Amino acid sequence: MAARRRFGRTQIAVATVLGTFALWYVLTATGVISAARFASPREVWAALTQISVQGYADAKLWQHILQSCKLVLMGFLAAIAVGVPLGLAMGWSKRAEAYINPIFLLLRPIPPLAWIPLAIVWLGLGDAAKVMVIFVAAFVPSVINTYTGVRALEPYLVEAAAMLGAKRWTFIREVLVPGAAPHIFTGLRLSLQASWTTLVAGELVGALHGLGQVLNAASQDIFPAMILVGMIFVGVCGGAMTWLLGAIEKRSMPWRTS
Amino acid sequence: MNRDPLTAKEFWLLSTLGFATLFGVWSAVALSGFVPSQFLPTPWGVVERMVELTAKPFAGYTIQQHLVSSVGRYLLGFGLAAAIGVPLGLLMGWFRWLDDVVSPLFEAVRFIAPIAWVPFAALWFGTGIGGPTLIIFMGAFPPALINAYRGAKFVEPRFIEAAQTLGASNWRIIVEVLLPASVPSIVAGLRISAGLGWQSLVGAELIVASSGIGYLMVKGQASISTSTVMAGMIAIGSVGIIIDVLLRRMEATINRRRGR
Repeated sequence: MAARRRFGRTQIAVATVLGTFALWYVLTATGVISAARFASPREVWAALTQISVQGYADAKLWQHILQSCKLVLMGFLAAIAVGVPLGLAMGWSKRAEAYINPIFLLLRPIPPLAWIPLAIVWLGLGDAAKVMVIFVAAFVPSVINTYTGVRALEPYLVEAAAMLGAKRWTFIREVLVPGAAPHIFTGLRLSLQASWTTLVAGELVGALHGLGQVLNAASQDIFPAMILVGMIFVGVCGGAMTWLLGAIEKRSMPWRTS
Repeated sequence: MNRDPLTAKEFWLLSTLGFATLFGVWSAVALSGFVPSQFLPTPWGVVERMVELTAKPFAGYTIQQHLVSSVGRYLLGFGLAAAIGVPLGLLMGWFRWLDDVVSPLFEAVRFIAPIAWVPFAALWFGTGIGGPTLIIFMGAFPPALINAYRGAKFVEPRFIEAAQTLGASNWRIIVEVLLPASVPSIVAGLRISAGLGWQSLVGAELIVASSGIGYLMVKGQASISTSTVMAGMIAIGSVGIIIDVLLRRMEATINRRRGR
């Protein structure tokens, strides 16, 4: 492929980002992109200070972030607390699989976001409805991947444990869970992403606080700078949580080199 | 692996029991009167409502018309994502500089949930076909691009070298070497794209649309008609299954033709 490289990857990346900012500044300053449709860097900065200091949509930025993160964590943790054991059971026992799979097959094709109206009808616009939808969203990937992880367990590990006379709980703790761990974490990552998307959608449909509500209010006020601030923090929080999960994954599986 | 053995008879018995539990509990709760039927209709109540929606317009249209408008938007958004994502991915896999320029921007935008584009979608393109299409595009675009890129990156270097030795231009290498070699990866990516696009469509229609299944559900929610909401969920799930089956077929056919 390209034989000579005059610039390193990072240099080009930095140049691209700076170039994009410059282009953004020029296009908005000269009015090529109208202010009603997109915001200039300066307006975004002003919006950021406004929401951080005075607040916007009834709360300050950190309160919105806290609210969103809290809901995501609640739904996500509840989902994996049920989903991972269920996946383990379905992977291990054919009976459990035969019994649970039909229910799963019926519910799986329904996208998580499609549960939002139902959650609102049942639980209203408060936190409970969001936690329910996030639960549904995070549940499916955690079950499926845990199940896959158990099915992918090396038979000789299972046989060795049986031969050494491992008791049921020892077996679950020492063989089943660690063996399925890589797949479980894949599931958790997917669950977490689904949780974020679902939360933002849920808050956009209706909420009192939260990043989705910031987007909603900014959209109604036709305030492009605040929309951008909201989007940036949706991205930042999603990225931060994914990163955190990655760090946990690394620490909990020290035997994996990469 | 040493799992508990299960005869075919037991399997069918347990599976039937699984179905029965779901519908049994649902029907029992709905019939018990603990929950008003407005909040929890019986399963057959939902089916009745679905049949009713095919004849009587709700939220402006019958359920088929809502479906047609959803699918139309979906095809447009997904089509655009594939038409831009796949070629861009291939080009990025071939031209290093393009990769270096696009990757940082792409990485920066990728973490933003597609649904967070809703306000701009509404502001720029309105609630007709444009707004929802942008959101579907945002959902379906990343897998289309990433898989085409990976496909192009993992082409056997021998093929590329052979083509280069024979004096093929960049364009010919991309079209005649990279593209065919990365078809399996591209198709796998499109399948993921299709699923994410369909999900995004639902989200988009809940918020920025004036027709479509998502809109039907929001209207059902507003008038506290749980049966309408559930009918919408069933319709969405069914179309999702159909899309997935079609793409799986396509993938299988392509892989078979390529002798895999």
